[in-house]
Amino acid sequence: MELTDQQIQRYSRQIILQDVGGKGQIKLNKAKVLLIGAGGLGSPAALYLAAAGIGTIGLVDGDVVDLSNLQRQILHSTATIGQPKVESGRKTLSAINPDIAINTYHQLVDADNILPLVSQYDIVLDGSDNFATRFLVNDACFFAKKTLISASMFRFEGQLTTIKPHEGYPCYRCLYPEPPPAGLVPNCQEAGVLGVLAGTMGILQASEAIKEILGIGETIANKLLIYDALEMKFRKVGRPKDSACPLCGPNPKIKDLSSDYTVTCTI
Amino acid sequence: MIKVRIPTPLRPLTKGQGEVEAKAGSVLEMIETLNQAHPGIKDRLCDETGELRRFVNIYVNEEDIRFLNGKETFLKDGDEVSIVPAIAGG
Repeated sequence: MELTDQQIQRYSRQIILQDVGGKGQIKLNKAKVLLIGAGGLGSPAALYLAAAGIGTIGLVDGDVVDLSNLQRQILHSTATIGQPKVESGRKTLSAINPDIAINTYHQLVDADNILPLVSQYDIVLDGSDNFATRFLVNDACFFAKKTLISASMFRFEGQLTTIKPHEGYPCYRCLYPEPPPAGLVPNCQEAGVLGVLAGTMGILQASEAIKEILGIGETIANKLLIYDALEMKFRKVGRPKDSACPLCGPNPKIKDLSSDYTVTCTI
Repeated sequence: MIKVRIPTPLRPLTKGQGEVEAKAGSVLEMIETLNQAHPGIKDRLCDETGELRRFVNIYVNEEDIRFLNGKETFLKDGDEVSIVPAIAGG
């Protein structure tokens, strides 16, 4: 694979970076990244991944664009209200970079469809809005041995980590063994979120994805980043592998995707 | 004194404060002290049997207490404790 003159021009500002170069750009062009959710986190992440020339971007989302999404979901616009988010997203991404392939899946992920889906990609970004999906995505990526960049947010606070147990790092269940029971925490509508926080966290996800593809810099796979927008503080805490982890530990209880992933929408 | 960092979801219990102070020699003692000053916080951190909830992590100086001594983890003056619950918004 060689870069065309147009590609060299389009990506020139990152090709001149010593850690990227022409070889790095070809890696990005060959990379396949799947975004679970084309919402608050998926929007900014997809925009930068498309602009950077990630060759294949998959968008999975079962929703349609709603007016209340536009405060933070910048893939979409007033003109695409009512359209499937994945279609709205495809238009925006193609306009930025017609050079890349965009696969859309207008559906929710579930235990039956997720493994064949993630298997077609190199890296998965979790931008889903509920715990059930987050545990499902973690477990599916574990079985498919795919690197997962996970971000989440609540009001003014965000969390970010990279999950790659296939390289010896901890999984999401090593960090949080179980989801909270429904009703214990405010639901999606009640919680609220600062729109720009979605931008910060989604872009950090895109940055970590690009680093993983290029194999540069330091991975955040053994840390959890916590961002507090009000205090303007980024903190990192340790994230060790749990020898009692029910998924990636030496005596796993979870051996396939048959567990119950049907916890209702809670944050 | 121990500095305790309160996450956004629990701030309604601390009148919006993101950081509070507590005098405690262990994490268990810290939870009890916090609960006296901010009633209800213990229920958010521990289940009915008193065990730490499995979707809330407590870090002492950036180390997860599940990998130290759990609730019995010692605290000393100047330690910084962070309470970090799982969040799922996207």
